[in-house]
Amino acid sequence: MKYETVIGLEVHVELATESKIFCSCSAKFGGEQNDHVCPACCGMPGMLPIVNKKVVDLGMTAGMMLNCDINRTTTFDKKSYYYPDLPNAYQTTQWFAPVAVNGTVEIETSKGKKSVRIKQIHMEEDAGKLVHDDWTDTTLVDFNRTSVPLIEIVSQPDLSSAEEVIAYLERLRSLLRFAKVSDCRMEQGSMRCDVNLSVRPEGSDKLGVRTEMKNMNSLTAITRAIEYEVARHIDAIENGTEELVQETRRWDDVKGKSYAMRNKETAGDYRYFPDPNVMPVVIDDEWFDSIKASLPEFPEIKRARYIDELGLGEYDANLLVESRAFCDCFEGAYAVCKNAKEAANYLISDIMNLLNKKQMTVDMLTLDGKSLGELINLVTEGKVSRPNAKKILAVMFDEGVNPAEYAEKEGFIVSNDTGKIEEVIAAAIASDPKAVADFKGGKEKALMALFGKCMKELKGNCDPQTLREMLIDAVNKQ
Amino acid sequence: MYLVKKDVTAKKAVVLDDMILTKDMPTTAGSKMLEGYMSLFDATVVEKLGVAGFEVAGKANVGEFAIDVMGETSHFGATKDEKGNLSLASAEIVKGGDVKAAIQLDVNGSPRRAAAVNGLVFVKPTYGTVSRFGIVPVACSGECVGVMAKTAEDCEAVLDAISGYDAKDGTSLPEDMIEEAEAIKKVAVVTAFDGSIDADVKADIEAFVKELEAKGVEVVKVDGTGLLAAKTAWNILMSAELCNNVSKYDGVKYGYRSANYTTIDELYTNSRTESFGDLLKTAILFGSETLSDENYMKMYDKSMRVRRVTVDYFDSLFEDVDAVLMPATSKKAYTEDDVKGMAYEENIYTAPASITGLPAVVAKGVQLVGSVFSEKALLELVK
Repeated sequence: MKYETVIGLEVHVELATESKIFCSCSAKFGGEQNDHVCPACCGMPGMLPIVNKKVVDLGMTAGMMLNCDINRTTTFDKKSYYYPDLPNAYQTTQWFAPVAVNGTVEIETSKGKKSVRIKQIHMEEDAGKLVHDDWTDTTLVDFNRTSVPLIEIVSQPDLSSAEEVIAYLERLRSLLRFAKVSDCRMEQGSMRCDVNLSVRPEGSDKLGVRTEMKNMNSLTAITRAIEYEVARHIDAIENGTEELVQETRRWDDVKGKSYAMRNKETAGDYRYFPDPNVMPVVIDDEWFDSIKASLPEFPEIKRARYIDELGLGEYDANLLVESRAFCDCFEGAYAVCKNAKEAANYLISDIMNLLNKKQMTVDMLTLDGKSLGELINLVTEGKVSRPNAKKILAVMFDEGVNPAEYAEKEGFIVSNDTGKIEEVIAAAIASDPKAVADFKGGKEKALMALFGKCMKELKGNCDPQTLREMLIDAVNKQ
Repeated sequence: MYLVKKDVTAKKAVVLDDMILTKDMPTTAGSKMLEGYMSLFDATVVEKLGVAGFEVAGKANVGEFAIDVMGETSHFGATKDEKGNLSLASAEIVKGGDVKAAIQLDVNGSPRRAAAVNGLVFVKPTYGTVSRFGIVPVACSGECVGVMAKTAEDCEAVLDAISGYDAKDGTSLPEDMIEEAEAIKKVAVVTAFDGSIDADVKADIEAFVKELEAKGVEVVKVDGTGLLAAKTAWNILMSAELCNNVSKYDGVKYGYRSANYTTIDELYTNSRTESFGDLLKTAILFGSETLSDENYMKMYDKSMRVRRVTVDYFDSLFEDVDAVLMPATSKKAYTEDDVKGMAYEENIYTAPASITGLPAVVAKGVQLVGSVFSEKALLELVK
C-alpha cells in the first residue's frame, strides 16, 4: 500500500530585541549564568509585566511577512505548569487572541510549488535552562533565557515530506531574517521546531495517529527524524510491530531513534486564562501602517529586480539575496555609484573574504553601503588604484572610516603629477639597464620589472595605463 | 500585631500590612512559605510614602495571602481585640494610636470588615489609581491597596500620598484619565442583604441614613439583587488568580523548602504541603478546578461575564443615585469559631466592589460604594 505523510510544524523563533519581553534585562544570547536577571524574570513576588513594544513590532512584522491577518487587539494569557526553569510556574503567552492568524508561506521543492497555510503566530516568553553538574550530582538553573521574547509560528498540517519541511523552514528563516525579526540560528537555539507527524493510506481523508517531536534544532536532524518516524509509523500500521499512540517523542540524533517521553512530562491541562496584569494591546492604524511601511522587499522580488533592472547575473543576484545585510549594503552602494556590477563584485569577493577571515557570518556585516559606493567612485574616477582600494576597504570594514578622507590621509590618492612619474621612471631605467635592453630586444616581459619598480616607488598611486604608456615612451627614447 | 516594629514618631507614621514588599523588613504574606522573605525592592506605595514624608512604623500581621475573614489564618497567629474578638493587626495598631494610618491590601474585603467592626475608616480606591507594584500578588484583577485610619481626613491625606500613575504597573491609570466624581447628593440603600445581617448591623445602617438625611443627602431604597452574584464570581476569579500567583512558591528559588524530598515533584509537593495553611490549600484546589479545560467556560469565563454584568448593574444604579449604601459585614464582632468556613460567604458584602474595581469606603459600621473616582466624595460623606 502507498502512504502519505501529514506534517504540521510549530516553529519557535527568538526575537531580535535588546531587552526581554516584560522587563528591561538584556535578551542577548550567552553571558555568565544568571547575569541577565532581575526580580521579574526570576519569579519574585511583586513585579508586574510591562510589554516590550518592540516585541509587538516584531510579532506584527512576522505576521505581515507570512501574509497573516493581524489581530488589532491582541492579548496575553497565562499558561500554568511546574518546572524549575519556569520561575513563575506560568508562562505568559497568547492563547485567546494571538497577534497574527491565517497566513501563507510559499515553498518550492523538486515536486513544484506549494502554499503552506499558517494557523497563527503568537508572542510568548522563553523559559530558563537547567544545568546539570555531574560532579556534584546537582541541577542548577540559569535564568538568563527566562522571558527572552519568542514567537511561535503554527502551521496547518500541510506538509508531506522532509524535503517540504526543510524548504518551509528555509523559507521562514529567509523571510524572518530579511525582516530582521530574528537571526534564526538553529545552532544557538534562536530557531527550533516541534514536528507533528502522522501517516495514512494515500487518498484516505482520515488522519492517522499523531506523534510530536519537540525542540528539533538542526535541519539534518529534522530530516533524519521525519524519515525515521514515517518508517516507524508505516511499520506499525503494516506489521503491527507496536501500537501507535498520540504522544510526545524525543529524537536522539546520535542513536538515530525517537523515544517516547514520560507521559508526565507531556500530559497537561495548562489552565490558560487572560493575564489581568497585561492590558490588551490595541494596534491602531498609525502603528499598523508604520510596521507595514517598514517591511522589506521579499528576497525573490529583490533578486528579479537586481537581474532585470540592474543587470546583475543570476549567480551574483542569488548570492546577494541570501542576506538582508548584503542587500542593504549593495543597494546603499548602488545609490551612490550607480555601478551594480562593481558593487556586487566587492561584496561577493572582497567583503566575503574579509568576513571569512574574521569568521563572521554575513548578517554580522556592518559596512555602510554609502561608503562602499564612495570607494567605488574613487576607483572609477581614477583617484584610487584598485589594489589600494582593497587596502582601504579592509580598514573601512574594521573601523568604518570615510574612504576619501582615509585615502587622502594615508597618501592613497593617485598622483597626477607627471613630473614625479617621469622622475621615478628615469630612476628605474637608470637602475636596470638590462631590462631596458631586453625590452628593446623584443622581450615584452622585461617591461614588467620596470613597471613594478615604478609602481612600488609611487605607492600604487598612479593610473596603471598612464604609467605603462609613459614607461614605454621613456624606454623607447633610450 | 507587629511582625516588625521600628521606632518612629507617631505624627506621620504608618504601618504596612505584610502584603506590601519592603527591602529593609521581611514580607511574609502571613505564610510560613514566605517566613523571613526579604524583597530586593520596595513597593511603589512605600517609595511614595517616603517622598510624602511618612515614616513606616513596621509590618502588621495578615491572614495568609489576605483571603480570609479577618486575619485568622496567619501562620503567625490570629489577632484579637481587648474583648477577645477577631481583629486585624493593622486595625489594632491604628486604634492604639501608634500610627496615623495603615496601608492594606484589600483582596477579599478583610480590611473593610476590620474597619466595620472596629469603628474605623477604610478606603478602597478605584482600581488602577494606586500602584500594585511591589504588592504580593493574589488576585490581580481586583485587589487594591487601601488606607485605614481613625478619621476620613487621615485616610484622605495618606491616600493622596500613595496615589498616582506608576509606569511599573501596566494597569495603573494615567493622570489624564482620572476625573474626580462630584459631591454625593443622592444615595441608594440596598435592601437585598437585609435578611442576612444582624440587627445591630442594620441599626448602624439606619443610623447612618439619618445622618445622611440630616446633611441634606437624599436617600432612596433599591433592592440591589443584581449585586448578589458578585460573591460567587469573585470567589472563582480570586481563587483562579491566587492559584496561579502562588504557584511560584515552589521551594526551588526562595521561601520554605521541605527537608523531605528526593525528586523534584516531592520537593514541590512537600514544600507546599508543609508550609501552606488549610484555607489557602482549599483556594488553590478550587482555583485550579475553575481553570481546567472542563470547567473554564462554565466557571472562569462565566465569572468574567458576571463581572461585566455587575459593572453594568452598578452603572444603571448610578444613573439615578451617586452612591450605594450597604453593609460591610453580617456581624458587629467575629469570634474564631464564627469565621470557620466563612471566608467564601462573608465576602458577599465586599465582592461587588472587589470584582468591579469601584471605590468603597467603610465607616461607622457601614459601606458606601460609588462610581469610579468617587473615593474622595465618599470620604466626604463620612467626615
